Amino acid sequence: MIHQKHIVETSALIVALILVMLPILGFESWAVLTLAGLSMAMMIFIMASGMTLVFGLMDVLNFGHGAFIAVGAYAAASMVTLVGGYPIGTVLAILTVVGCALAALVAGGIGGSLFERLLVRPTYGNHMRQILITTGGLIIVEQVLIVFFSPREIVLLRPEELQGSLLIGNIALEKYRLLMVAIGLLVFSGLILLFNRTKLGLLIRAAVENRKMVEALGYPVRGLFIGVFITGSSLAGVGGALWALQQELFTVTIGSEAMLLIFIVVVTGGLGSVSGCFFSALLTALVANYVTFLYPPLSAFALIGMMAAVLLWRPQGLIPVANR
Amino acid sequence: MLDNILSLAGVHTHIGPYHILQGIDMEIPEGEITVLLGRNGAGKTTTAQTILGLLHPSAGTIFFDGKPIHQLDAPQVVRRGIGYVPEQMNVFLDLTVMENLILAAYDRPRPDEEHLQTIYQLFPPLEKMLQKRAGVLSGGQKQMLSIARAMVLPRRMIIIDEPAKGLAPSIVNSLASSLETMREAGTTVLLIEQNLPFASRVGQHFYVLEDGMVVHNGLIEQLNKDLELQNRLLGLEG
Amino acid sequence: MLNRLLSYDLPRSRLLAVLLAIIFVCLILTPFIFTGTKSLSIAAKICIFVVLVASYDLLLGYAGIISFAHAMFFGIGAYSVAIALERFGTGFTQLFLGMGSGLVIALLFAALIGFLSLRLRTIFFAMITFAVSNAVSVTVIQSYKLTGGEDGLSYNIPQIFKSSYRFLEEPVFGVAITGKLLLYYVVFVCSLVMFLLLLRIANSPFGSVLRALRENEFRTMAIGYAPVLYRTLASCAAASMAAGAGMLSAVWLRYTGLETTMSVDIAIDILLIVVIGGMGSIYGAVLGTVLVIVAQGYLREILIAIGEFFGGWWMTGLFNPDRWLLWLGLLFVLCVYFFPQGIVGWLRKIEADRLIRQQAQS
Repeated sequence: MIHQKHIVETSALIVALILVMLPILGFESWAVLTLAGLSMAMMIFIMASGMTLVFGLMDVLNFGHGAFIAVGAYAAASMVTLVGGYPIGTVLAILTVVGCALAALVAGGIGGSLFERLLVRPTYGNHMRQILITTGGLIIVEQVLIVFFSPREIVLLRPEELQGSLLIGNIALEKYRLLMVAIGLLVFSGLILLFNRTKLGLLIRAAVENRKMVEALGYPVRGLFIGVFITGSSLAGVGGALWALQQELFTVTIGSEAMLLIFIVVVTGGLGSVSGCFFSALLTALVANYVTFLYPPLSAFALIGMMAAVLLWRPQGLIPVANR
Repeated sequence: MLDNILSLAGVHTHIGPYHILQGIDMEIPEGEITVLLGRNGAGKTTTAQTILGLLHPSAGTIFFDGKPIHQLDAPQVVRRGIGYVPEQMNVFLDLTVMENLILAAYDRPRPDEEHLQTIYQLFPPLEKMLQKRAGVLSGGQKQMLSIARAMVLPRRMIIIDEPAKGLAPSIVNSLASSLETMREAGTTVLLIEQNLPFASRVGQHFYVLEDGMVVHNGLIEQLNKDLELQNRLLGLEG
Repeated sequence: MLNRLLSYDLPRSRLLAVLLAIIFVCLILTPFIFTGTKSLSIAAKICIFVVLVASYDLLLGYAGIISFAHAMFFGIGAYSVAIALERFGTGFTQLFLGMGSGLVIALLFAALIGFLSLRLRTIFFAMITFAVSNAVSVTVIQSYKLTGGEDGLSYNIPQIFKSSYRFLEEPVFGVAITGKLLLYYVVFVCSLVMFLLLLRIANSPFGSVLRALRENEFRTMAIGYAPVLYRTLASCAAASMAAGAGMLSAVWLRYTGLETTMSVDIAIDILLIVVIGGMGSIYGAVLGTVLVIVAQGYLREILIAIGEFFGGWWMTGLFNPDRWLLWLGLLFVLCVYFFPQGIVGWLRKIEADRLIRQQAQS
């Protein structure tokens, strides 16, 4: 399993896709769509990275992952309501957004620990029960959110400074999307650094490959599982908040709506591979944006087709992890 | 006169419905190399895994350093000072050689330099391949790494499961040296082997397992002189 | 005789048998016992859903396949009939044409999905069915011209099934004998037949192989049964029944739209009902469906009253009748946790314990 080769090939594929689209779309549309695709990719990556890592490490497929996304979105909205709106000034505005993201992170983390304790832990090893119980968990969380908030849509406006676009020539690049790309790259770099430069990251990578051996080296893997699960749910919460700010309008189903894309991204990228998740998020979001613009009725099947094509080329995903 | 660092009494282990270990009694003397012999399927690996806590005995007791460990899980057993080199290498292929070694030192950010130097002396190829992913190592090099991992920390005891299987003689020599190094450091070694020549070369004591029970034990010295016993064992292993 | 009809799969619990008998009688006599159109609608919905859920039980409870695409087959059946009646006229020819094409399309999709189920692990398979059914829903929305998009299709049905068509001048037992009544009994009988067919399939050697594959695939393969074949067949059987239920629904409601057929809500309902009622029993579909649909239909007032009794915004929120999904979800999770065999399993266990006690005493 040669890592470098996979990364190079996948990056080449994505760059090729972007370049190919340029003549097809014309410069203005291309710029807008590509940015839209990139920012969407970042948000999906943040939401999905937790899920793929949890699966790779714990062999747990959490069909209720969307619950953390929803919880994050609602936490962010509550934060803004609590603070009473956005303060004026770019720095303060960004700080508020950061505050929302933190609220979402904490909410996601709390949700994750509850979910793990009550629903995931009792079903370790039994995939069927896991799928059933986590699906049930998602439904319950959504309904509880409705009880505590409202069945209606929630409006979550971005601060003024993050509305609107930057004009470069006659291309309008949405400010928020640019920020999303920056944040996404930051999160990805952070995760890569964690995995490759810290001992904790080492431990996680090893445990993804061979759980039993890690235990035989003297590490209690149980605590690691819980930690990773909570990290994953926190990230999902943050992703949900960012996604909600992007849409500025959302309901409790914001989580389940994202689940389809997350599934596709996680499977295409290689279950358990965070870098795979990053690249497949890029591929998926770009394909989704391009196709929806060019030929809307094809969009749903285009993604499935993409997933099938990738799996035929690389059955283990874009950037596979080593086998157990 | 040697203290027994590890004692098993009446240990039974089941794997699912299968009754693998059917009453194991063993006393492992401290600071020496004890070899566990027996055919395939006799229960040697199961014994190792039961001691280590990867499997739990359904009956019997295991005492290490005078304290019971049969109820403990693997991480806890390892932290009592027992290292493990499993069958089939089990090095982390996606991690580099150095990362494998770092990870093995569970209680410090890096293995101590003196331990690393010992490893480099015993297994020179490893020092040259520190930054390479373990997946690209040859079989013999992977086995060296697997043993090196057990040597990054001071251990009271190391359990090694069939390290010489399928390896070239030069590497087997490195293995033998590493075992000698362990012994000099005062580490007890429990070596599981089917390779009788190698076992009798490095070990001081032996146990023979058959169908989940101890059928013979004693000093390797005596085994070396007892051709009839050797034939019997070799015949069984044929 | 009853034994053979039920494919020798008896309720094995007196309470269960009694409940099933009551339900059966109520359904058969609904027009005569209950007044008002609401009760008839609910009864028809129960009949249709029992088939839908029972066919899902064949997949989940017997073959051990988790699929999120079952509602899609329901929709395929419904939309085929709806499109035929809407575009080509309201005669029986068009109706049967719609039914035929619906069956063919359903079988095609089912075969494809069944084939995929071997190559993929449970998890992947569940995700793929989720993705495919999603894609189909989106396509339905986008194909406005054909399917009515988000609005759905309204159409007429053959004259003989309408309430304006009177068979007899005078009402019988106080009930007018209209086309609608006829349609209800057609729905009932068709549902009954499909249900008994599912019982037959589940209890046939085929059903046993399905269960064996689920319990220990490797060993069953070693005896010589090909998982792909059996799972594909199971998928096709379940899908065609679901499509059949969809066709009944299309004719009964004279309307077919996303919320009544392919929505995520319906897919979730099916999953929840089959687990609560009891997986792997086929009868569980009956109990579960009746419980849930009757609760949805009739418990509104009770829930509101409970909410108001407790007072406080969050209590009224919890007991808001629109939050039945919350309670259903809780019940579902509890079932997965404690009662994997659902209500039916629980009733059967009580009966079995009772018999053991009886034997111990004598």
